[in-house]
Amino acid sequence: MAQVKRSPKTYDVCIIGSGAGGGMAAKILTEGGLSVVMLEAGPQVYPQKDFKMLMWPYELPHRGAGVGGRASADFGEFLAPNGAWQIEGEPYVSAPGSNFQWFRSRIVGGRTNHWGRIALRFAPVDFRSNTRDGIGDDWPIRYEDLSPYYDKVEGYIGVFGTKENVPSAPDGVFLPPPKPRCSEILIKRACDKLNITCIPSRLAVLTKPVNGRAPCHYCGQCGRGCVTASNFSSSQVLLPPAIETGKLTLVTGAMAREILVGLDGKAVGVSYIDKSTKTEQRVSARVVVVAASACESARLLLNSKSKLFPDGLANSSGTVGRYLMDSVGSSGWGYVPEMEQMPPHNHDGTGGMHMYIPWWKYDRKNDFPRGYHIEMGGGRELPGVGMFDDVCDEFEGYGTELKRTCRKKYGTGIGFAGRGEMVPNPDTYCEIDPTIVDQFGIPVLKFHFKWTDYELRQAKDMQETFKSIIEAMGGQYQTKTPIDGPNAFGIEEGGKIIHEVGTARMGSDPKTSVLNGYCQAHDVKNLFVTDGAPLVTNPDKNPTLTIMALSWRASDYLLQQAKSGSI
Amino acid sequence: MHGISRRDLLRNLSVGVAGGSVLQLIPAEAAQMAHQVVQKEKATSLAGKYTPKYFTPHQYDTLALLCDSIIPKDENSGGAIEAGAPEFIDLLTSENEEYQLHLGGGMMWLDSFCADRYQSTFLEATPAERKEVLDLIAYSKNAKADPTLRQGVAFFARLRYMTCDGFYTSKIGIADLEYIGNTALAEFPGCPPFPTA
Repeated sequence: MAQVKRSPKTYDVCIIGSGAGGGMAAKILTEGGLSVVMLEAGPQVYPQKDFKMLMWPYELPHRGAGVGGRASADFGEFLAPNGAWQIEGEPYVSAPGSNFQWFRSRIVGGRTNHWGRIALRFAPVDFRSNTRDGIGDDWPIRYEDLSPYYDKVEGYIGVFGTKENVPSAPDGVFLPPPKPRCSEILIKRACDKLNITCIPSRLAVLTKPVNGRAPCHYCGQCGRGCVTASNFSSSQVLLPPAIETGKLTLVTGAMAREILVGLDGKAVGVSYIDKSTKTEQRVSARVVVVAASACESARLLLNSKSKLFPDGLANSSGTVGRYLMDSVGSSGWGYVPEMEQMPPHNHDGTGGMHMYIPWWKYDRKNDFPRGYHIEMGGGRELPGVGMFDDVCDEFEGYGTELKRTCRKKYGTGIGFAGRGEMVPNPDTYCEIDPTIVDQFGIPVLKFHFKWTDYELRQAKDMQETFKSIIEAMGGQYQTKTPIDGPNAFGIEEGGKIIHEVGTARMGSDPKTSVLNGYCQAHDVKNLFVTDGAPLVTNPDKNPTLTIMALSWRASDYLLQQAKSGSI
Repeated sequence: MHGISRRDLLRNLSVGVAGGSVLQLIPAEAAQMAHQVVQKEKATSLAGKYTPKYFTPHQYDTLALLCDSIIPKDENSGGAIEAGAPEFIDLLTSENEEYQLHLGGGMMWLDSFCADRYQSTFLEATPAERKEVLDLIAYSKNAKADPTLRQGVAFFARLRYMTCDGFYTSKIGIADLEYIGNTALAEFPGCPPFPTA
């Protein structure tokens, strides 16, 4: 048995994970004067070398399809290195009848290297769900508590958008939005006819210089990673200022195994596996901040068992791993003949939508609780692998006729993706599998996942809305979805939207929640969780912006507690 | 490259399409490996003619003829062969057992079908005979009418996707679509005026 190595130094804080939540904590805590060691399970990221910005598909023999064609969707192998649904040597399991897809990122910056940069605030009503409709629970904090932090995060990372006064989608501190694309102008016209709210989107992409970062150059490839850091990522925007303080020690290839506790029940450090040597290492810290992504954080807490904490750390309530939520996702598309009339033009823009549809039916009774927003795409995009699959399916044939059809149909497809709120249910949670361990000897997660009628009715409503918009544009809706089965109304498998949250939720009652309103564990005062795990609800506002606002707020509180000697 | 084998790489690149705003995903190590494979391919392709990695010379000639039939040269642009589609398909097939079964097996099916019908391979059949075969396997309605065509229709459908992929990711294919972009701009120009009907 190899000897366990202990680092001689005791850091003020150990942060586990370098994504949105961990990166934000590292910036605030180091700037506040604390010494921080950060454990990241993956390697370092090198934008100049790793990002394929502005490359053409024909510059790669696989043309973006990836080796063996296995990446043949969208930009495939062009995407920034980030993570996967399946990682060799690191399994997870789903309970019979469940099919949860767990996306894990193993790289400095985590998922923020490739994410969609959609940066939406939760609305006041999202923090008071139970008060609103009697379903689920209220948060221990209100919108007013988080609003100043939303301001700070938006101001720092840079988010474009417009002030619209839509109650379900609060305005923020915005840079000017880019002009809409042709497809988006047509969608907006159709939405106006249908009384659907359609407004400029809100993305963490710079349209003006911010803190020395250059504005967007409009190549439409944010997902590939941006060499100029004109979009937000933790690796390029949060970690550099933390490193600059000289107070951050970043350890890569470090897979956290257990949070260690002392006899007084406080966290004293973290035990991790150094992947390169497959040896166990220990790092000591006065405070531990867990930001490994919601389910990975739950796994770490549940695996941190001791005499004092036989059911896992910070789990006296038994709620660690419970209240798991993803977003409801369903998508569809159609041909819009008016797009055929457009002369060739540069359609690229930023790496995402310039317009979007916030939840607009908040003022009426619907046959499902909560709501969804709609993302949009389509038009004369950079051609890529799979682009003409639909033309092939519909028109078949071959020869000059097929070639002519591809030319005619290019850029005329317009697609929508709905992203809706899932309500937590007792059949959806994760726990430690009793028998299986990963290659590092760490027990793995077992997922239980179920959509209820709430989510299915929402997906049905999404499909009906997509169809109505395409038809109002004079187009033909092409998507056909089943009315039952695992993908009824096009609903994606749990986990597929990569918005999994809730597995160590905050609350005012320590009997039914893991953390208080400052992301601090009820049971262990020097333990914080600052990723998606603290979220009490998962409204239709992709969680990254809120994770960063919560992390900043928790870090301010931590600094204050550290100064007063309370932790 | 040491540490990870080509086989490990293939496993790491397992298919999975993310919803909406998130695209396809590749682990960092696999991306690095793919990058190096690419460099090697580039170095060899500069040296001269492409040597098929999977298909036999006869099959590769058949593949090229099929690709050319799917996307031929026309008044606008060159065809699938000029766009490098056969190389692209051969490369992917050499790395993917499923493709080997469907495309390699499909090619065998095609020759057997032609042997039964014309006592020749697809390649040796007359242009009129080849057109007759393609007109049969290029439409799924034919397989509904005659179930013995099912395998051929499925084979051709897959090859059609991949030929389109190979063509429309090439320089001439992208130019054929008149795509403008993949470049750095100071300002996003927005949408040009809509033509009035």
